[in-house]
Amino acid sequence: MSARKAIAMISGGLDSTLALALVKRQGIEVKAINFYTGLCITETQRRKGGRPDGTMPQNEALRAAADLEVDIEYIDVSEQGYLDLIVNPRYGYGANANPCVDCRIFMMTKAREIMEREGASFVFTGEVLGQRPKSQRRDTLRSVEKQSGLTGRLVRPLSARLLEPSIPEKEGILDRSLLLDINGRSRQRQIQLARELGIAEWPQPAGGCCYLTDESFSRKFFDVLDAREQAGEERRIRREDLVLLSTGRHFRLSPKVKMVVGRSEIENVVLESYGEGRARLLARDLNGPMALVEGTPTWEERQLAARIVARYGKGRTLPEVGVDWIEDGVTETLTVAPEQDEARIESMRI
Amino acid sequence: MPVLDLPAPDLTLDTSGRLCPYPIVEIARAMKGLPAGAVVCLVATDPGIVTDMPMWCRATRHEHLGTFREGPSFRSWVRKRPAP
Repeated sequence: MSARKAIAMISGGLDSTLALALVKRQGIEVKAINFYTGLCITETQRRKGGRPDGTMPQNEALRAAADLEVDIEYIDVSEQGYLDLIVNPRYGYGANANPCVDCRIFMMTKAREIMEREGASFVFTGEVLGQRPKSQRRDTLRSVEKQSGLTGRLVRPLSARLLEPSIPEKEGILDRSLLLDINGRSRQRQIQLARELGIAEWPQPAGGCCYLTDESFSRKFFDVLDAREQAGEERRIRREDLVLLSTGRHFRLSPKVKMVVGRSEIENVVLESYGEGRARLLARDLNGPMALVEGTPTWEERQLAARIVARYGKGRTLPEVGVDWIEDGVTETLTVAPEQDEARIESMRI
Repeated sequence: MPVLDLPAPDLTLDTSGRLCPYPIVEIARAMKGLPAGAVVCLVATDPGIVTDMPMWCRATRHEHLGTFREGPSFRSWVRKRPAP
């Protein structure tokens, strides 16, 4: 018989926490894994000093593992291979830049490798049949299982009784009667089960924390790719792009020129650290944002960028503001009127 | 545990400048090569360590001896769990 050990893929959300509890209460040794993609909204909020309301989000995967006393390992997948996958997904995108099916296959393949390394007999997730329009349909669940090399060894405890019995169920490692038959988007049964299992905490709202599912982030993501393609460069996202895409206000001044304006002191510090190869803009003698300009702006675009920086600083009501344009170690001061045309600003916002 | 009573670490791991979850990834990696009972002092600048380290220790059953602020950094003391 196979080992009574399993690998849990957890996000720390309610579903994966419940799946973890359901398997663990059958006396199975569980090792939890959590994937670090560099695209987690919660992690980024923590790096920038917390949520807009001042609270600091906790690491939910760690919390879930701690509450259920399960060993947890982080798997860092934020390398170029993963970034290339999200740019060229075989199964396409969801509503935004989220290639959930490809991402699942990628992560579950990694989970299979860990299962084999750890001598475990199956992998399980908190997926619920029919909960998501594309990635959690019955045919997709089956396809992901097959393509990750986990056929028969990928268990979805919350919906298991609606799916084919898995190998651990057939071998008696997992008692199928203690698994569930949840289907669809309603979370009432999960909330009821959480009460029964004494799970007091889970993140709200539900729905994941991946930037690729965020509409605003997705616009910026595709803008970078399109701009690179138009410039004759490779259609590719790099690791540093992810930080910039989740930082500041983004404006496209022209097909070849883009500007990022910090929204807080922490964002200004982040932008400052990405100044190499870009122009840095800062209002002179006045508090205001740090901005980065990428590309080769014309004289008019330089003036426009300076006016935008002036508009978001303390001098926005002044007739003129000096804005330092710092590039390749040379500082030039542009004296401009803060941009007052909100419609124009909005038309450039990505 | 008061700072003065903390044991001398067998290993000091400096993760300054690295953001969550790297400090946890680093200590998890280091723990694998240490004997049971070994003490690690992890230095981090990511304030998330204050909540992450006790939770990670609770999950992995290592003993969290304390996390203290020291200027711009935090120092977390962890004792490796006994062999199962």
